[in-house]
Amino acid sequence: MEPVLVLDKLDKSFGGLTVTYDVSFSVMPGEISAIIGPNGAGKTTLFNQITGNLLPDKGRILFKNEQITGLSPQEIVARGMGRSFQITSIFPEESVLENVRISCLSRRKEALNPFRNVARFKEATDQAYFVLESLGLAKHAERPAFELAHGDQKLLDIGIALGLEPQLLLLDEPTAGMSPDERQLTRDLIKRLWEEFNLTLIFIEHDMDIVFGIAQIVRVLQLGRLLAEGPPEEIRNNPEVITAYLGEEVR
Amino acid sequence: MEIRNNYKEIVFWAILFVIFGSLPIIGSSSYHLMLASHILLWGLFAVAFNMLWGVTGMLSFGQALYFGLGGYGVGLMVRHVGSDWFVPGIGLGLIAAAILSFAIGLLIIRVSGVFFTVLTLAFGQLVWQITFRWYEFTGGDDGIQGIIPPGILSNKLFYYYATLLIVIASIWLLRRISLSPLGVLLRCVRQNPNRVSFIGQSVRYSQLRIYIVSSVFSALAGGLMAGVDNSIHTDMLYWTTSGEVILMSVLGGIGQFFGPFIGTAVFIVIQEFVGAKTEYWPLIIGLIMMTMVLLLPRGLVGEFEALKTRLQSRMVADRG
Amino acid sequence: MDLSFLVVQLISGLSLATLLFLVASGLTLIFGVGNVFNFAHGSFYMLGAYFAYQTIAAFSANFWLATLAAGIGAGIAGMIAESLFLRRIYGRTEEGGFQILLTYSFILVIDDLVKIIWGTEYKTILRPEGLRGSIELFGITLPSYNLAIIGIGFVLVVVAWFILGRTRPGRIARATALDREMMNAMGVNVPLTMTLVFGIATMLGGFAGALAAPLRSVTPGAGIEVIIDSLIVVVIGGMGNFWGAWFGALILGEVIAFAVVLVPEWASVVSYVVMVLTLIFKPEGLFAPRSVRKV
Repeated sequence: MEPVLVLDKLDKSFGGLTVTYDVSFSVMPGEISAIIGPNGAGKTTLFNQITGNLLPDKGRILFKNEQITGLSPQEIVARGMGRSFQITSIFPEESVLENVRISCLSRRKEALNPFRNVARFKEATDQAYFVLESLGLAKHAERPAFELAHGDQKLLDIGIALGLEPQLLLLDEPTAGMSPDERQLTRDLIKRLWEEFNLTLIFIEHDMDIVFGIAQIVRVLQLGRLLAEGPPEEIRNNPEVITAYLGEEVR
Repeated sequence: MEIRNNYKEIVFWAILFVIFGSLPIIGSSSYHLMLASHILLWGLFAVAFNMLWGVTGMLSFGQALYFGLGGYGVGLMVRHVGSDWFVPGIGLGLIAAAILSFAIGLLIIRVSGVFFTVLTLAFGQLVWQITFRWYEFTGGDDGIQGIIPPGILSNKLFYYYATLLIVIASIWLLRRISLSPLGVLLRCVRQNPNRVSFIGQSVRYSQLRIYIVSSVFSALAGGLMAGVDNSIHTDMLYWTTSGEVILMSVLGGIGQFFGPFIGTAVFIVIQEFVGAKTEYWPLIIGLIMMTMVLLLPRGLVGEFEALKTRLQSRMVADRG
Repeated sequence: MDLSFLVVQLISGLSLATLLFLVASGLTLIFGVGNVFNFAHGSFYMLGAYFAYQTIAAFSANFWLATLAAGIGAGIAGMIAESLFLRRIYGRTEEGGFQILLTYSFILVIDDLVKIIWGTEYKTILRPEGLRGSIELFGITLPSYNLAIIGIGFVLVVVAWFILGRTRPGRIARATALDREMMNAMGVNVPLTMTLVFGIATMLGGFAGALAAPLRSVTPGAGIEVIIDSLIVVVIGGMGNFWGAWFGALILGEVIAFAVVLVPEWASVVSYVVMVLTLIFKPEGLFAPRSVRKV
């Protein structure tokens, strides 16, 4: 089986500060994995390099066996990668349905159609409703997105990515800012989405319950380096990982 | 957020068809027809402009360039080739607008915000300067007079109905775009351009498309205007014309598709009653704009809608 | 092309550059510190000219006093405009668009107020006594007033350099550019700072208007001409880049001075072309250290 995503010796520095150093790993199809690490470890920066926001100084990134290093986010997304954001990134004035539907339309290369009323695109609309139902947001479909509660907005953020029917989904701190109850629900939701949508899923998280609850593989970053990689139990008992986290607040 | 307000839409189209359509029948003077034509054409200009700003978030202070291009396409054709060439002149203006907006768009869509606005102003003034100074070809500050549409179009009544139909068709087309996936995409570009890349779409490409569309319809308005006023002038290209179309849009409300048209109607009516009687019309325009920006930023239509929503929810709350 | 022609044009361009810098520096200051684009900046320049005229006409004041009054008057007008009106739109979504509209409406209002108060005929201000003639420098005849403008400009640049570089307020202004929230977090009184910056900027513009008045007549249209020129200067130098504005003014001043003589019909078109080329190839300005392009 070919890996879906391969990172090969990635390096990135800003000025004198090294944020990614010699990071290499492979992600297999269907895997659900977590990236963890103390604050400042370079997790989001790594995501940014994978999705094309940042150009690595050295190294390659392969997605479905094709080089994507240096491509723009738009090109990478069009190839089947989806992403949600740490700071919720949605279209606030559009309805909840529209937020996801425009994504579905884009997937079907129909987003630039200037003639037909958007509601008449049956497939995209059905797909959008399907995503909303999976996220439990269907009841809010007609409401403008800015009216949603914070937690629901984060789910919508994920929904926009899901509308693309991605093969690889990157979630950046999907439970940030949520209450403990919400986090539990979201954890179960993420697991369900992973199964329902047949995804390869990588998420960044600080909440260890979620990480050790659903991840098959855990990768630990510290100061830009990949410190450890393996199944949750291994990582949990890894002395280096424990040291890296000493003094860090683990929720 | 005004996509599915069906009754408002019906009311608007009814007004267009019925009121504007029946004006000649109820015996309006040719002066009133001219006024109505101005509202129709400036209204089209404003709706086209708002596709850029209200919908996509691109504040262009240079749409007068294309409006004037439309007018001068007609004027130059009539002056240098022959008065029968009125209609090809409009075609010329449209083609020129399409080509120029493509070229200019490619260059300026690389920047955003104030930089973009300043660039549109610069290009607009550049074209104005060239037109103003090229006296032998364009007539400079004298403009071009005696533009009479040929054949049956020389009949004011017929020309009025032709204008009405073309404007209705144009606004209808723009409305379709607004309700289409492209329209949604453009609104998303305004609200969160970053996320647009992350659904696999190009912000710049969408912006370029609407810039061209908007500019071509602006040129159409300008070209038809030449037949209404039977003359053109470099003022059509001057930056204050760009400012006026912005004001009309703001007056009506940039957050509503039909807002700019209504703003145009209000503006032109006020201009008739007040502007004609005072030399200090710019002062009044300035004060109106200040009032709109400071107190009624959603425009007359937008504020009216907001008021309605507040009253409705108040009634619901009272009942519950 | 003989030497004396060259020198005369260079000096002419330099005095024009000084005036342009005075206006443009204010524009770029407001944008750099407060993230406000003051479309109406040229109108305060024009107000300066009219205030100077009025001071001379009403009080038979001498030229330099009138210039001072012009600057102070324009500065006060600027502070009123900012605190009474502009301040109300800070923090709105899509503030940029509203700024442009609001300052555009200022242009309409101020220009017409000027017409109402002073009428539309051209007013004249004479050059100050002692500077009405010319001086011979190395065998080349140069107008004294232009040289005086250059001198004044030089002094003002030095003063500006000192304030921006060496005083605390100046350093704050440079450091907190473009971020009012950061200014707030640093304990800076944001509303007061914005108003003061606006006042200083419009004051500089007012000075320029008064100084320029003897060279061109005092007319209601002056504001609009000057805003386009300042725009070009600021674009070349980089929006928000104070010293860039100086270089931009220098370049534009010289380009105009020579264009006016060499291609008089198309001199103004040349300025636009310069701006357009800059915006195409280096939108952040020719002298910006790094790209500040947004999305």
